[in-house]
Amino acid sequence: MDRVYLDAATSLPVRREVLEEMLPFFTEHFGNPSSIHELGRIPREAVERSRGHVASLISADPSEIVFTSGATESINLAMRGVLPFLKERRKVIISSVDHMSVRATASALTSGGYVVEYLPVDDVGRIDIGAAERMIDEETAVVSFPFASSEVGTVQPAGELASLAHSAGALSHVDLTMSALQMPVDVGECGIDMATLSSPDLMGPKGVGALFIRKGVKITSLIKGGGQERNLRSGSENVPGIVGMGAAARIAGERMEEDPARMRVLRDRLIEGLTSIPESYLNGDPENRLPNNANVRFSYIEGESMLLMLDLNGISVSTGSACAQKTLEASKTLLAMGLKHEEAHGSLIFTLNPTNTEHDIEKVIEVMPGIVSELRAMSPIYNMKE
Amino acid sequence: MERLEYSKTVLEHFRNPRNVGELEDADAVGTVGNPVCGDMMELSIRVEDNRITDIKFRTFGCASAIATTSMLTEMVKGKTLEEAEKLSWDDVVGGLEGLPPVKVHCSLLAVDGLKKALYEYYKSRGIIREDLNIKGESEHEEEEAVKESGPLV
Repeated sequence: MDRVYLDAATSLPVRREVLEEMLPFFTEHFGNPSSIHELGRIPREAVERSRGHVASLISADPSEIVFTSGATESINLAMRGVLPFLKERRKVIISSVDHMSVRATASALTSGGYVVEYLPVDDVGRIDIGAAERMIDEETAVVSFPFASSEVGTVQPAGELASLAHSAGALSHVDLTMSALQMPVDVGECGIDMATLSSPDLMGPKGVGALFIRKGVKITSLIKGGGQERNLRSGSENVPGIVGMGAAARIAGERMEEDPARMRVLRDRLIEGLTSIPESYLNGDPENRLPNNANVRFSYIEGESMLLMLDLNGISVSTGSACAQKTLEASKTLLAMGLKHEEAHGSLIFTLNPTNTEHDIEKVIEVMPGIVSELRAMSPIYNMKE
Repeated sequence: MERLEYSKTVLEHFRNPRNVGELEDADAVGTVGNPVCGDMMELSIRVEDNRITDIKFRTFGCASAIATTSMLTEMVKGKTLEEAEKLSWDDVVGGLEGLPPVKVHCSLLAVDGLKKALYEYYKSRGIIREDLNIKGESEHEEEEAVKESGPLV
């Protein structure tokens, strides 16, 4: 059975071409970029080439890119590394639709005397600009938000938020993890101070990420050591990983027209098919959303059951249900959008990747109505309603 | 959470749940849980000569909640009321060849549902058995803590 993979937000394969480019750096080009001799030169140049590719994906200057071990480290570096230079400012603002890695980084700051505030969102998951204007003030050190929500795919008003942060003298950090493969961004034009990028979400290898730090932003490292990456990220460079991330960023840039456009068409077909099931609704913004995201809730039934039935049919997806989380908590994003707990429990997240086909989508549309009616037949709340 | 963490028996009951629905001529119906928490269950029983002769269920919840309830209905059918009352969570989970620790919470509901149905049955006969009157999920907190640390999978 050919598996239909619709869980791109959770993991993506490394592109074949990316892997090919990485391989020599495990073996013949094993040198340390810090070495002055010939064996150091090739990896050093490869790292700098990659930096260039990553920078051009977001229209930044290569000197503004620092490689890290992944998005989580980039987020930590951004949100914690700038605080010592903003001593009098004790407030950190994040959005209520941020990924766990941003939320946890922010909450950890409270023990250091920082106050964390959460930007509210409307019913499609879009950050409320009016509220942001009231919340971002002279006390604010950092304002962090995703370019697009990872769960519901709603695209945020990045430029407006960054300029609100600026006018209050605060720094903005934007999480580009979910959007970088599918939406072009110009960090200069948006006035963004810092931006997190993840290699695996660009179809590069895991264990690598990058942080964009606008020229002039004062920041200190979290990891001390040999002073690599302009002293912002010590530790011998993960050269094969960095080469992979560079290749992935370059290919993502080359395919920025084609892949997202294809995914958008398939996604729209998926949304159309799924929401034609009675009492099934799209979560998030129907227009301003990631080209690969369809987050749909099915009333009266629970997400993990649906996920598992899809799995038994060879289809991989995610859910916003508490029952599928280690924490046994329903999706914070869906609750922040005003959904009831039982609605959040009944939500499924379908995320496409560039290799998905029409056949994949048609298969989901074919099996989903049966799964929904089978589970509804079993559901006491559905039968009470009847 | 992941499919592989569920035993074959759990998956089998999840795919082919036994005794789904509602008994039209039920002698008692027990409803426990709350959709807000992600799990809700309804068990209806028919009792003849002190024996549970038929039982049906409906569950809003995850695979383990569905499988546990399905297994419980199979185990209870044909038992006397006294035997049914003694059925423990361990019996049901044992029958399922274990559950992932994080899923213990969802599976306790099935046993609660049975107790509640028995409570309703006795009540209809004028007997109040407060020990069977399941109200919340808090009664299991202690038990749950013990189970979580035990070898379950």
